[in-house]
Amino acid sequence: MEHIRTTKVEQVKLLDRFSTSNKSLTGTLYLTATHLLFIDSHQKETWILHHHIALVEKLALTTSGCPLVIQCKNFRTVHFIVPRERDCHDIYNSLLQLSKQAKYEDLYAFSYNPKQNDSERLRGWQLVDLAEEYKRMGVPNSNWQLSDANRDYKAAICRCSQPLSGFSARCLEDEHLLQAISKANPANRYMYVMDTRPRHRMQSWWATQKDIGRIILNAMANRAAGKGYENEDNYSNIRFQFVGIENIHVMRSSLQKLLEVNGTKGLSVSDFYSGLENAGWLRHIKAVMDAAIFLAKAIMVENASVLVHCSDGWDRTSQVCSLGSLLLDPYYRTIRGFMVLIEKDWISFGHKYSERCGHLDGDPKEVSPVFTQFLECVWHLTEQFPQAFEFNEAFLLQIHEHIHSCQFGNFIGNCQKEREELKLKEKTYSLWPFLLDDQEKYVNPLYSSTSQKPAVLEPNTVAFHFKFWRNMYHQFDRTLHPRQSVFNIIMNMNEQNKQLQKDVKDLESQIKQHKNKQTDGVLTKELLNSVRPESPALKTSLCLKEQTLLPVNDALRTIEGSNPADNRYSEYADEFSKAEPAVVSSEYGVARMTC
Amino acid sequence: MYPFFYRPMFEVIEDGWHSFLPEQEFELYSSATSEWRLSYVNKEFAVCPSYPPIVIVPKAIDDEALRKVATFRHGGRFPVLSYYHKKNGMVIMRSGQPLTGTNGRRCKEDEKLINATLRAGKRGYIIDTRPLNVAQQARAKGGGFEQEAHYPQWRRIHKSIERYHILQESLIKLVEACNDQTHNMDRWLSRLEASNWLTHIKEILTTACLAAQCLDREGASILIHGTEGTDSTLQVTSLAQIILEPRSRTIRGFEALIEREWLQAGHPFQQRCAQSAYCNSKQKWESPVFLLFLDSVWQILRQFPCSFEFNENLLIMLFEHAYASQFGTFLGNNESERCKLKLQQKTMSLWSWVNRPSELSKFTNPLFEANNLVIWPSVAPQSLQLWEGIFLRWNRSSKYLDEAYEEMVNIIEYNKELQAKVNILRRQLAELETEDGMQESP
Repeated sequence: MEHIRTTKVEQVKLLDRFSTSNKSLTGTLYLTATHLLFIDSHQKETWILHHHIALVEKLALTTSGCPLVIQCKNFRTVHFIVPRERDCHDIYNSLLQLSKQAKYEDLYAFSYNPKQNDSERLRGWQLVDLAEEYKRMGVPNSNWQLSDANRDYKAAICRCSQPLSGFSARCLEDEHLLQAISKANPANRYMYVMDTRPRHRMQSWWATQKDIGRIILNAMANRAAGKGYENEDNYSNIRFQFVGIENIHVMRSSLQKLLEVNGTKGLSVSDFYSGLENAGWLRHIKAVMDAAIFLAKAIMVENASVLVHCSDGWDRTSQVCSLGSLLLDPYYRTIRGFMVLIEKDWISFGHKYSERCGHLDGDPKEVSPVFTQFLECVWHLTEQFPQAFEFNEAFLLQIHEHIHSCQFGNFIGNCQKEREELKLKEKTYSLWPFLLDDQEKYVNPLYSSTSQKPAVLEPNTVAFHFKFWRNMYHQFDRTLHPRQSVFNIIMNMNEQNKQLQKDVKDLESQIKQHKNKQTDGVLTKELLNSVRPESPALKTSLCLKEQTLLPVNDALRTIEGSNPADNRYSEYADEFSKAEPAVVSSEYGVARMTC
Repeated sequence: MYPFFYRPMFEVIEDGWHSFLPEQEFELYSSATSEWRLSYVNKEFAVCPSYPPIVIVPKAIDDEALRKVATFRHGGRFPVLSYYHKKNGMVIMRSGQPLTGTNGRRCKEDEKLINATLRAGKRGYIIDTRPLNVAQQARAKGGGFEQEAHYPQWRRIHKSIERYHILQESLIKLVEACNDQTHNMDRWLSRLEASNWLTHIKEILTTACLAAQCLDREGASILIHGTEGTDSTLQVTSLAQIILEPRSRTIRGFEALIEREWLQAGHPFQQRCAQSAYCNSKQKWESPVFLLFLDSVWQILRQFPCSFEFNENLLIMLFEHAYASQFGTFLGNNESERCKLKLQQKTMSLWSWVNRPSELSKFTNPLFEANNLVIWPSVAPQSLQLWEGIFLRWNRSSKYLDEAYEEMVNIIEYNKELQAKVNILRRQLAELETEDGMQESP
């Protein structure tokens, strides 16, 4: 690669992100065409995909070397100290080039080769098929031709972008579509038009909106009049609703503030919560959730169709429509259904993944964590309804990893047209089959698809239900996580139970065979074997068997990093480090404890 | 009061008043060390009104010296053994503040007592739960802290766990915030922050971890005190034991810990737990000191969900009974008051009820697997959480969470069942195989 000048630097230090006493690991840094790799003295490997790098900074030279700070889109932050400034500079420059590609064709997905042939690749792309999905939803039916409906309710979720201000030339078609939507719902005479933007930003625009509404309504009333409806009646048939989700720029800076707060060393509880408040992140999450709930209620309770739009129709609209679908339809809460949902409400409706995720070296003002917010809303739902989702948190995190990784073709490009031009289906692989192959990692062991569970989710959005998503924003800061994961244990136990069930069956059939054999044998040998002394050998072998029986996964019970040195409080006792620093640190060296 | 009229509807299997006797607790240590002894110097509650009749002290110190030390320590609370770390023989002691006053009074017996716990050439740590300036101000009122000059083998560390009235304000603010469901996200976060509740949790946990670290990693003994030695001191000594001592993470061991470090140690439950969050400001002794301890345990339990034999329900139950109970256990402010009230004769012990198998099953953690290690929790703000089971209990539906918990229990039960079944079948098969073998080769 032309961008790489130095491929290997030794004696690099990796600093503990939160340590105020500059605790570090020493190791070797390697630069490859796709990854930055750090191998520490314990042979632990840290891989960083170039596409994941959001920001790379070279800080002022210190006595120990040249600091290089890398912030990743998956919220990993690493802080290296490179001994020689020259090396640091080389790596810095290479990473600047490698993390920001100018052309789609230079993205990882176009070189990634999982050793599949063309037909396997094609089958992968066909795994999630939208035509199938519309068939599943029961559209087209007599009322619907092509759009997005909920099959249990006659009402529908529709989406579009804002009506253009210079509207007149196109209004006729728009009117007709709206009329059609309204009429396609035989159960209710009114429909909602939901604008996902905050009303205060729309003061002047609101007036226009009303006019447009009036035009549409008039048009509809005209039609309806012919069928015997009163004009006034129909006038109230469209209800406008603003739901107040902020724009992509507000969201971007909100996330930025959030990351600044939680990256602080020696953070106090007070600063953490005031930082959370100032960032406004959870407020935005709640706004998205509230909008989705409004949507779901309109459809479920009022049987009204809803037209959702924002400015462009691919950010807030996607958030609200997809979450609304998730609340209404249990299918989308399955692993496969969730993939379909993303394909349907995000990819095919033109969410601009490449711009929002900053895949290429483009306008930084187009980058925004819109999809991350969607995933976080889903996570909040899984917290409130632990049995309603077939997938677990790891699934959400993995998807988040790959919207930025550019390893698979799914999220490359900004719209369907661009994606077809890039020939993604021929040149890259689809993520979904890979996730499905690893399905057992992503299954929620508590999932219950039984009918007693509510089909429609009605989450509570009182503020205290929203929590900071530690496992997303501190995914790689293991010391902040619980040391034992209930979820993993239950997941493994579930797997083990399947194996045990099989064992029971096998053993039962073996025993049956033996018994059959014996009854045959007994007739001839019974007299010869009337006494059966107990053999000591037998006893020991039995013990052995029981011990080796499916050992409960030790790794799961490992108390990772359970070590005072990993925790913040060791630093409060400055007295220790002053007194005998060598003892404190050396003793902590290897502390993998198993319980 | 209700406990005096309450007649249990259950059969008492084991009288809880005798479940955790100091002599039995001491036996657990006496096998490991002969440096400590039981002292009956406080038999009539004359030396220290808030201590139990029996305490554990260094063997080298006689009762006469203890009486002298008691006059030098706040409330007569001379240093006593709180915890013995079997791994290295180091100890946690607790006491009241030394009464040095403005003229720097000293007490040779006090110095001798705590020095008696040190090995030759070793140093110890004194953890004062107050910030240095507060400890200095305390001298004006006759209190104070251990001067370096008089305790050269000890290094003093000041922490800042808040006093009880500040904790009470914090609780009131937190409960108000939780009960108001109307406010928006910003207001909720700012009220949660303003309550400072989690700041207190962090401070208490940090101090407990520091104490545990002194013992386990530094190999040093420690003495802990604040002012009276009945509040923050007990939070730290008891949490340090949760971290260090696997036994205190079992149901029985946790009950013993509460009995020893809270009830016997003289935490004034009557004063502190009269009205909970809804007390008017005139109840000046009211404070959620014990609730903060339970919350801190819950935080550790969250981080080590498999290392505790009990679940959250036990903690919630203890919270409830500390404030209002049909049992006599949490009545009175100390052993002396409980004796005068003749609680043992007139009321039922909470432990008599809890330790019945039917009740125990509710408090048992299905994920428990004995973990003999020291467990170091994270005290980062991102790792601490609001204890919803207490503070949002009546403000949200826990239906789906409860159902999920049940499902988890089912999976675990089913796993045990299957394991047992497979074992039986394997044994059966092995028997059949040997039978076969013997039939084939007679």
